[in-house]
Amino acid sequence: MKKYIITVVGKDSVGIIARVCTYLSENHANILDIAQTIVSGYFNMMMIVDPEKCEKSIEAMADDLDRIGEEIGVRIHLQHEDIFNMMHRI
Amino acid sequence: MIQISEVLETNHMIEKENLDVRTITVGISLLDCMDADLSVLREKIYRKITRVAKDLVPVGESIERDFGIPIVNKRISVTPISLVGSGACRCPEDYVSIARTLDEAAKAVGVNFLGGYSALVSKGMTEADRNLILSIPEALSQTEFVCSSVNVGSTKTGIDMNAVRLLGDIIHRTAELTADRDSLGCAKLVVFCNAPDDNPFMAGAFHGVTEGDAVIHVGVSGPGVVKNAVDQCRGSDFEVLCETVKKTAFKITRVGQLVAKEASRRLQIPFGIIDLSLAPTPAVGDSIAEILESMGLECTGAPGTTAALALLNDQVKKGGVMASSYVGGLSGAFIPISEDQGMIHAVNAGALTIEKLEAMTCVCSVGLDMIAIPGDTPATTISGIIADEMAIGMVNAKTTAVRLIPVIGKGVGEVVEFGGLLGYAPVMPVNTFDCSSFVNRGGRIPAPIHSFKN
Repeated sequence: MKKYIITVVGKDSVGIIARVCTYLSENHANILDIAQTIVSGYFNMMMIVDPEKCEKSIEAMADDLDRIGEEIGVRIHLQHEDIFNMMHRI
Repeated sequence: MIQISEVLETNHMIEKENLDVRTITVGISLLDCMDADLSVLREKIYRKITRVAKDLVPVGESIERDFGIPIVNKRISVTPISLVGSGACRCPEDYVSIARTLDEAAKAVGVNFLGGYSALVSKGMTEADRNLILSIPEALSQTEFVCSSVNVGSTKTGIDMNAVRLLGDIIHRTAELTADRDSLGCAKLVVFCNAPDDNPFMAGAFHGVTEGDAVIHVGVSGPGVVKNAVDQCRGSDFEVLCETVKKTAFKITRVGQLVAKEASRRLQIPFGIIDLSLAPTPAVGDSIAEILESMGLECTGAPGTTAALALLNDQVKKGGVMASSYVGGLSGAFIPISEDQGMIHAVNAGALTIEKLEAMTCVCSVGLDMIAIPGDTPATTISGIIADEMAIGMVNAKTTAVRLIPVIGKGVGEVVEFGGLLGYAPVMPVNTFDCSSFVNRGGRIPAPIHSFKN
């Protein structure tokens, strides 16, 4: 199963998680885990998602999430989990 | 399961510390293109390059998107053209026509450089090698993407001083033919000792004859990440410093390994090696000099610089070797002047001279790199500088290289602007004492005694 990591970084405000989760559920992406933290006043969220049932391509979803991020004033990235696995696991 | 702190650390490296993969380079053998007819040869070369590398740029871009890691350059290296053209080229002009074909092929597939307009003459030159070397100034002035290199020595063979002497003239001629662009042609010409067959970095990349038909090499980068890590251990002892650099190098290299395997899978071209070199860019915070300064030097060039660089180079290798299944190429810290903001600053501050740079090249890859010198520097002096650098490589059994730019019409203290990743550089003074009687002797310098290991 290919898993992807979504990160959301920016100023905290109401409805960020709701907005991202709504988009993911509309596109049939299954959320496996969510973690969030505040680092020097900034909202940081990470989601692990399984995009297996998604009809859209990963590129299209990355573009959509970029756009949503711009609308709500945060930066949203969608990345394959392997970059983190490679860097932090032997 | 991945932790949020790990995800944030990786993305911080990418966004704030300029972590990137510097290059995916596809090596392509052109040996099967050889032909006695020049136009047939050129046609075969064009067809093979555009067939093998046609998906390189789009695949590179899709990997960037998928993993969220920038891949700055997509490049091609080919079999040394002196060999490929040996059956068809009768004069230097014939070789220039191959350079134009290579340029067209590079443009067609959208890569930003193509290396391998090269000759390997560490013991002697064939007529073909000589013709290729003589064609370099014209080839580099008439093309945009072609990079050239000449290997003039090795630990096993000694140094071909005839080639060293000839290249002093060739570098000068190349500078003259590209004088209208601040002698930019010389930025695409490297003279090597012990040149590796699998180097992915330009301008010295070529696809050695020991390699397979096509292969993918990846060059990683990340001076900014190392600098940041070194900043975190101010005041601690060398053990802590070394451990920090090593762990950071491991992480950086793992990203390169991932990209290399992925590019290999998607392009269906075998994976060759990861080159562990720390390669700076002119961007602020992406500098080798700044790492050395962060270790505790007031300015790069100060006493202690060579030791700091030796330490850095060694720890990068120790961390990187464990992160990748195959390591090769140049693998070390690059110390170009024009491509490194901290180096430029050190030269302007009067802390860094060519002589100190020469000492630094004894402990790191690659050599005297991207150094602008006065345009009126005699060709024999350039040959002398090359000979010194080649001797360091030969005796220490390591790769060394020279990429000097005698800037026509400019003198010490003036600034040359190359643009893009090549950056800008102050023209540095060169020792003006004469060495012409030495370099004009002709012949070879024999291999050093420790090369006889059989």
